Amino acid sequence: MTRPHDMGGRFGDGPVIPEQEGEVFHADWHARALAVTLACGAFGKWNIDVSRHARECLAPTDYARFSYYEKWIAGLADLLADTGLVSPEELAGGPVTKSPDADRALKPDAVAGVLAAGGPADRASDIAPTFAPGDAVVTRRIASNIMVDGGHTRLPSYAAGAHGRIVRYHGTHILPDSSAHRLGDAAEPLYAVAFPASELWAHPEHPRDEVVLDLWQSYLKAAP
Amino acid sequence: MGSALDKDQGAGNDVPMPHDHRDHPHDRLPSDPALRVRALETVLTQKGLIDPAALDEIIDTYENRIGPRNGARVVARAWRDPDFCAALLDDATAVVSGMGYYGRQGEHMVAVQNTDETHNMVVCTLCSCYPWPLLGIPPTWYKSDAYRARAVREPRKVLADFGVTLPEGTAVRVWDSTAEVRYLVVPQRPEGTDGMSEEQLMALVTRDSMIGTGLAVSP
Repeated sequence: MTRPHDMGGRFGDGPVIPEQEGEVFHADWHARALAVTLACGAFGKWNIDVSRHARECLAPTDYARFSYYEKWIAGLADLLADTGLVSPEELAGGPVTKSPDADRALKPDAVAGVLAAGGPADRASDIAPTFAPGDAVVTRRIASNIMVDGGHTRLPSYAAGAHGRIVRYHGTHILPDSSAHRLGDAAEPLYAVAFPASELWAHPEHPRDEVVLDLWQSYLKAAP
Repeated sequence: MGSALDKDQGAGNDVPMPHDHRDHPHDRLPSDPALRVRALETVLTQKGLIDPAALDEIIDTYENRIGPRNGARVVARAWRDPDFCAALLDDATAVVSGMGYYGRQGEHMVAVQNTDETHNMVVCTLCSCYPWPLLGIPPTWYKSDAYRARAVREPRKVLADFGVTLPEGTAVRVWDSTAEVRYLVVPQRPEGTDGMSEEQLMALVTRDSMIGTGLAVSP
């Protein structure tokens, strides 16, 4: 078992509550939390995998009780302290000094360009794809990062050790298991892999249901 | 979701690896979430690290300029134009980029089409990945524990929460967005919509129908 974010398949969460289209933020602070997080990200001190892992490293009790944007703010505060952009004392309300990075702060006229540029995750790689659509594969038996104990991975535990088949090749993408720990892009082939629901759940709803996950080549082996 | 410049690995090796904090720095902020955000924004502004006007610009972008009407236009066009639809299913990133829909959380797009045989539904069980340039900021339910936990195991029961019942013979394919690929569901075109304009069809395409928790509206 990994961390509290890995909740796919879990029992006991109650109904999903639909909501109308059109209300983007339900409180002003939600909007500010999103905007502060994006603006701080523009310094390039961390990547998307580092920031996801920061949220996943919240204590399970905090992860469970925090709302979505509370997780963002907690993860951001931890990243700001880790990277030295803000000191723990400053976060605690102590005296604040001007940052040497202040001249690189995101300006209003740069926002559109930054959001439009995005952050593509495809990278060239020396690792050739060994699977093709239709191939039978099996995932790692344990859904854990094999480089870093307790580290970031994108193989959910519900799909560990499961048999599926390749349905799409996405090209070579940054490996989050490496990137989240600043160990390099380590790009490798990425595939969409379909699993019969009966391979994942004891009581699937329908005999032909499937779950498709995007999985990196190193998560997979050819199925015997 | 992460930083706005996620394409880079970030700073050099002097930055510590992410780790489990015994003493979480975030605990030093006020516990009330609104005060917590205000406190963080104040410190960052005093340090010169954020410009509040840039925050206003980010919020305005996602409140007023980027939202599910973008995706609705893509779907309506796919319904009207078979060549466009074929190109969309083949390479959605190129096609929607050509319509100006590209950027953060939409760098690698795949469109999946609902049929009588298969109903597609999208979730991110590990966080809340969502195609922002086409659908905007995800609704609260998409980010909820209940949706993340249940969508992969019991999609029909989740659909029932949305008032949707599928025909007996229709299989469900749930796409768990575990990488940086973002999925757009192309819902089935409702009956009785022949000859409708793109704008008329767009009104039938709900946000939820493009996530797969709803169906397109019948006129």
